[in-house]
Amino acid sequence: MDKKVEIVICSGTLCYLMGGADLQLLFEHLPADLKDRVSIKGSPCLGLCDLPENGKPPFVLINGRSVSQASIQTLIDEIQSELGL
Amino acid sequence: MAVNNNAMLIRRELITHIARLLIEDKLVDKIDRIPLVMRPRNNPSVRCCIHKDRAVLKYKLMGMLGFNIQDEVDELTPLSEYARQAINRKGATDVVLTVIDEACSSCRKSSYAVTNFCRGCVARPCMVNCPKNAITFSEGRAKIDYDLCVNCGKCMNVCPFNAIVYMPVPCEEACPVGAISKNENGVEQIDFSKCIFCGKCLAACPFGAIVEKSNLVDIFRNKREGKKLVALIAPAIAGQFGVDLARIINSFKLIGFDYVYEVAHGAEVTTRFEAKELEERLNQGDKFMTTSCCPAYTSLVEKHIKELMPYVSHTKTPLYYTAEDVHEKHPDACIVFVSPCPAKRWEVFHNPYVDYALSFEEYGAWLVAAKIDLNNIEPAILDDIPAAEMRGFAASGGVTKAVKALADGLVINEMLVNGIDRSTIRQLKTLVKSSNNNFIEVMTCEGGCIGGCNVVSNPKVALKQLNEAINSASSITQKIS
Repeated sequence: MDKKVEIVICSGTLCYLMGGADLQLLFEHLPADLKDRVSIKGSPCLGLCDLPENGKPPFVLINGRSVSQASIQTLIDEIQSELGL
Repeated sequence: MAVNNNAMLIRRELITHIARLLIEDKLVDKIDRIPLVMRPRNNPSVRCCIHKDRAVLKYKLMGMLGFNIQDEVDELTPLSEYARQAINRKGATDVVLTVIDEACSSCRKSSYAVTNFCRGCVARPCMVNCPKNAITFSEGRAKIDYDLCVNCGKCMNVCPFNAIVYMPVPCEEACPVGAISKNENGVEQIDFSKCIFCGKCLAACPFGAIVEKSNLVDIFRNKREGKKLVALIAPAIAGQFGVDLARIINSFKLIGFDYVYEVAHGAEVTTRFEAKELEERLNQGDKFMTTSCCPAYTSLVEKHIKELMPYVSHTKTPLYYTAEDVHEKHPDACIVFVSPCPAKRWEVFHNPYVDYALSFEEYGAWLVAAKIDLNNIEPAILDDIPAAEMRGFAASGGVTKAVKALADGLVINEMLVNGIDRSTIRQLKTLVKSSNNNFIEVMTCEGGCIGGCNVVSNPKVALKQLNEAINSASSITQKIS
């Protein structure tokens, strides 16, 4: 099996308030073929909100790369492109 | 609402700005800058231009300072002036929702419209089936005569090309009681003789034109005047921020509250009275009793389903009993209810023991402004944990479960009304004649208070987290024995 896509969802209070709460449902919304190809973790504040150039919350790390204004749909797209699908 | 949309995010961003300035004690000096900071020059605008975007943000802030937008006398009055008045005011009104006429896009009156997909077919079922002869054909396409149309929708249903669409007015569609409608300028207005403060319009408006008035400024004023701050937290808060309840409780101390009480304690009093009342009523020959803890529901009955009034429990809400007790302990403190919805804000205004409401969103914004990450703080040590069933009041079915646990030997055959819309209201209207149940639990929001319009978490996620808080407490039956 290939390496899994590593997803770290920021659960800091700012991210949580600005839409990150909904990202807790990411796994449920993943298409069946992606479910066993990702590992999803939560994290306390990743510190990305400190710098305006990082964009707006909620933040997620996909294989270490930060994604701003993350939503379930943008994350699914990002995972697919990370897997080359 | 937990559902992600920009209007909601803008609201939370604005509240965070206000909270930050209140913490820095610079509200009057800097509030006029917020619209400029959020919509800087040379950035794309959402509305027609950046100036309109800023104007709408200004009015949202005016509402969040606790003013009715309709009370504006001079358009040139700066936010700093409103902030000054807010900091010095003594009271507020019970009007908790206000409409920004600048932001209301005056959606077209809800109607059916023919789109470009119309092929001008030979069959023309739209024309044939229209009961009012409102459809004619010109230039190869169907046309609706709006003077004749009665909005029945038959044309839409029969069109083989799906070429006819229904265009709703989202706030009017969401309001279960017909309390919001257009004035002569096409702008929405709330009729407060009908409004039950459920907040469904607030969540539904795609332009964010409806604002919930905030008491954040008033809470900070009381703190600054040296009053002790007491937070009464609604059971639904347990599901909101992805951390355990003990951390949430501790966070209130960190942002400046002196005492924190779970409203679940008052829920125990509510449950005891309600179980006893149900037994008495059934013995008296009443067919059923309904709950009374959701203020949007009790307003609904008072304003729209009067025939149901005799069946609503006289027991007061968990907030009432908690506040009564806390007021006795801290008679000079400023008592703040931390709330899932505008209906509770309305209840707070009418409660003699509670001073202000702080919504879950406002609490979250306050944490962000105070740079507190709930994940990184210590949990509070809880010495007085309410019974599991009482924490369960936050979810649909929870009140029933609690009453069942305390109604010894009484056969309770319940009906759960899980969320109110127009069709459930029609159903409630027939209850007096046709109820087969003896206990009716009514929650205005789907899922119960964890589905309230000020919640942060998706109700599904919230329910899991709430269940953890419930499972960490002991059952009321164990507590008694």
